[in-house]
Amino acid sequence: MKKILVIGNGMVGYKFCEKFVAESTSSQYKVTVFGEEPRPAYDRVHLSEFFENQDAVALEMAPRSWYEDHGIELITNVRITDIHRSSKTITTSTEDEYTYDYLVLATGSSPFVPNIKGVEKEGVFVYRTIEDLEGMLAYAAKLKAKNPNAKAAVLGGGLLGLEAGKAVMDMGLEPHIVEFAPKLMPRQLDSRSSQVLQLKLESIGLNIHLSKATNQILGDDAITAMEFGEDDVLEVDMLIVSAGIRPRDELGKTCDLEMGVRGGIVVNNKMQTSDPEIYAIGEVALYNQMIYGLVAPGYDMAGVAVNQILGNEAVIMPGDIDMSTKLKLIGVDVASFGEPFMPASKGHSVIFEDKTKHLYKRINVSLDGKSLLGGILVGDASDYNMLHQIYLNGMAIPENPAELILPASEGGSSFGSALDLPDTAQVCSCESVTKGDICCSITDGESQNFGDVVTKTKATTGCGGCKPMVADLVNETLKSLGKEVKETICEHFNFNRQELYDLIKVNQVKDYDETLNLFGEGHGCETCKPLVASIFASITMETPNRQVGIQDTNDRFLANIQRNGTYSVVPRIPGGEITPDKLIVIGEVAKKYDLYTKITGGQRIDLFGAQLHELPLIWKDLIDAGFESGHAYGKSLRTVKSCVGSTWCRYGMHESVTFAIEIENRYRGLRSPHKLKGGVSGCIRECAEARGKDFGLIAVDGGWNLYVCGNGGATPKHAVLFAEQLDDETAVKYLDRFLMFYIRTAGPLVRTAPWLDKLEGGIEYLKQVVIEDSLGIAEDLDAEMQGLVNKYECEWKQAIEDPNMAKRFKHFVNSDDTDDNLVFVPMRDQKMPKAWS
Amino acid sequence: MQDILKQYETVTEAHVTNWFNVGQIADFPENSGACVKYKTKQIAVYNFAREGKWYACQNLCPHKMEMVLSLGMIGDKDGVAKVACPMHKKNFSLEDGKNLGGEDLKIAVYPVKIESGNVYIGFSD
Repeated sequence: MKKILVIGNGMVGYKFCEKFVAESTSSQYKVTVFGEEPRPAYDRVHLSEFFENQDAVALEMAPRSWYEDHGIELITNVRITDIHRSSKTITTSTEDEYTYDYLVLATGSSPFVPNIKGVEKEGVFVYRTIEDLEGMLAYAAKLKAKNPNAKAAVLGGGLLGLEAGKAVMDMGLEPHIVEFAPKLMPRQLDSRSSQVLQLKLESIGLNIHLSKATNQILGDDAITAMEFGEDDVLEVDMLIVSAGIRPRDELGKTCDLEMGVRGGIVVNNKMQTSDPEIYAIGEVALYNQMIYGLVAPGYDMAGVAVNQILGNEAVIMPGDIDMSTKLKLIGVDVASFGEPFMPASKGHSVIFEDKTKHLYKRINVSLDGKSLLGGILVGDASDYNMLHQIYLNGMAIPENPAELILPASEGGSSFGSALDLPDTAQVCSCESVTKGDICCSITDGESQNFGDVVTKTKATTGCGGCKPMVADLVNETLKSLGKEVKETICEHFNFNRQELYDLIKVNQVKDYDETLNLFGEGHGCETCKPLVASIFASITMETPNRQVGIQDTNDRFLANIQRNGTYSVVPRIPGGEITPDKLIVIGEVAKKYDLYTKITGGQRIDLFGAQLHELPLIWKDLIDAGFESGHAYGKSLRTVKSCVGSTWCRYGMHESVTFAIEIENRYRGLRSPHKLKGGVSGCIRECAEARGKDFGLIAVDGGWNLYVCGNGGATPKHAVLFAEQLDDETAVKYLDRFLMFYIRTAGPLVRTAPWLDKLEGGIEYLKQVVIEDSLGIAEDLDAEMQGLVNKYECEWKQAIEDPNMAKRFKHFVNSDDTDDNLVFVPMRDQKMPKAWS
Repeated sequence: MQDILKQYETVTEAHVTNWFNVGQIADFPENSGACVKYKTKQIAVYNFAREGKWYACQNLCPHKMEMVLSLGMIGDKDGVAKVACPMHKKNFSLEDGKNLGGEDLKIAVYPVKIESGNVYIGFSD
């Protein structure tokens, strides 16, 4: 039995355990891990997320039980005070002794706190552990209670300092960043990219102070200001020191291991220290005269140490460590790869900068123009994957290297095809999947499509950042094999949505089962069932109550399923207009069933936390008071938002509320390929944000201007002007045709904006179809829409009036009990579901 | 949290010690799921009428520990009967409980038998 002691239970210490468990199948080893902190290892890289949810468990790398399950002894809350190399023992802060055969030092680093006068004052924090964060939160709450405009500064404008800046923002304090160097992120960025980043961060609300050397910290007991020079003072109520790291190498010093001149325990490429039975990994290890302050090299070191201890001597640390990194700082893309700073004697730089868009891209190319040596991206790192691959694999670059970073011209990409990558190129770095793994999976016949490749190789299952590249590789490889890449619905239907829509309509098919028997194969899935349900609704206006089994969960229970399996309820409030009496009813219902209430983005009220059996009861009360379903759970018309218009407003040109209500009531219950939102504004000030909707009407002199195909969300798009100065009747007619044409032809879950993007001929073609009737289908579209409008019924009214339908709103078939797994916690004056661990 | 998960272990027909009556065929919707209670367990039951088969599994999705699998849509992947969790659409085989996306998640499955219109689920506890 060999004893392995791991000192340090941070991310790298944990990774050692994880890799050890994966590599070693023998019971010949006993691993004991010592952690100084009270809890098992957690993800320090995402520490700032703690400010969003204060959920320490969510950050855990693995629960305590994981260590037990794998026979690893984890001892927390204990520091190691001494290593006795001669007797191969260690002593703990609790005076216990342990012997070892192998010792792994994964003690990491501690925050470097510069020796500034007054740094010990209350309100000065470091940013490293969950306890640090808890201390900050408590202090910030106290500050804000006294002064809602309290300020906090971060000392250090590096990577971690900016993370801390985000934390300050999340705590609701006025954020200041103080940096000694003349630029932000001095280690990763050149001065121009640093300026672009600064502009961007300032536009978000960060105050940035560069070239500031802090002389002293002022204040009686607690910090009140930082003093940089005689008359140069910044008043702050709190300070977070984030000025770099220092390796926790004191154990190495006291037991005489070879140390770096400026700290760190020297290791060779086997991760051995000067004592071959003692290994050092992570931020305490000095490799190549460097402390690597990134987690990825630390993980690699853990893997090397595991293999060396288990006797796989061939596994060593590479000489060159790739320090490329891509991250999101406060929502801003920042990436650097290879050699970001290129001395002019070694290479040429191509720089693209657009300060209006807070964008900076730089690539460094070898003197002969043949290879990519490195680069920096700020503001948009979407090309990082490809550039990083080109750099790592020494791939050929275009004759004109600028093409690699210039904004893509129409439809062209300068990268060529993903197939140009060498087979060894790592496409998915989370799961270490190469281009060869992906392509061979298809050429060997074990994978037929993207889904198969994901299952077989695990590519894309980590962060998901490589999805587009994997999809390209799959499609290109299939094409190269002469296989048609067709956008079919799923494995059960070899058609696209439009084809299936026409087949169902023309053949007057009656239900899903018949559709599958006639046009598909197998037994269906969660992709084709809701899609076919939506097609039926778009053709016959049937509600989800007719074919319950094929509805997505939301439609099946006519409510939005939430994080903990409870539901939310949104009654329709057309145009956002509601009487005081109805407002009171909503409040009374919420109180009666103890629901969390919130005003939605669509001018309605959402009631959260209803259990399944409560839904019909809630809706009975709402329907009795004159409400109807708001279809917030469906891919269907949501709301038509309005401003108050000429009814009240002194600028209003027309009655926008009246028209919004008319339109919302016309299309209520209409189901479509994706959700539909509308807006009506009473003048060009556009208070209803109509141009951010699938359809929008803006009042002008002489009628309504109609805009179509806009949306908010992840890829916002302004709706495009479709027709001008329409009267009410014409506006509705064009809307009818536009919506019906979209419903007939769009792909599944494609909103109007991307649909228009792909529509051949674009907006001009759409105008010809709708206004000039170029296809001769306008009459059909009119009649079809009118038919759907006439058939509208409130599906909640149906559901509660039919006892057979009401049966489905019950958690258990064989018991009247409710789900005992639900846990709510208080939040502000209401409640919320307990956070996910 | 992990403790809730621990009480769900796959039971094979050979190991059933208790066939528990959970109701009649008509109590269960066709081609979708419903949930039943057995002691402290929540079990999802599916009448997969298209296949002419019945399936049962834990109602607890192991991904986020919510009691929701009975609400998921059922279907097949390459002929394997499956359920898709309504929360994040993780796919599980109803035949052996494996995650069909190749992830390290699995669910417990239980045998079902139908006798004279009654539905029974097999447990070993």
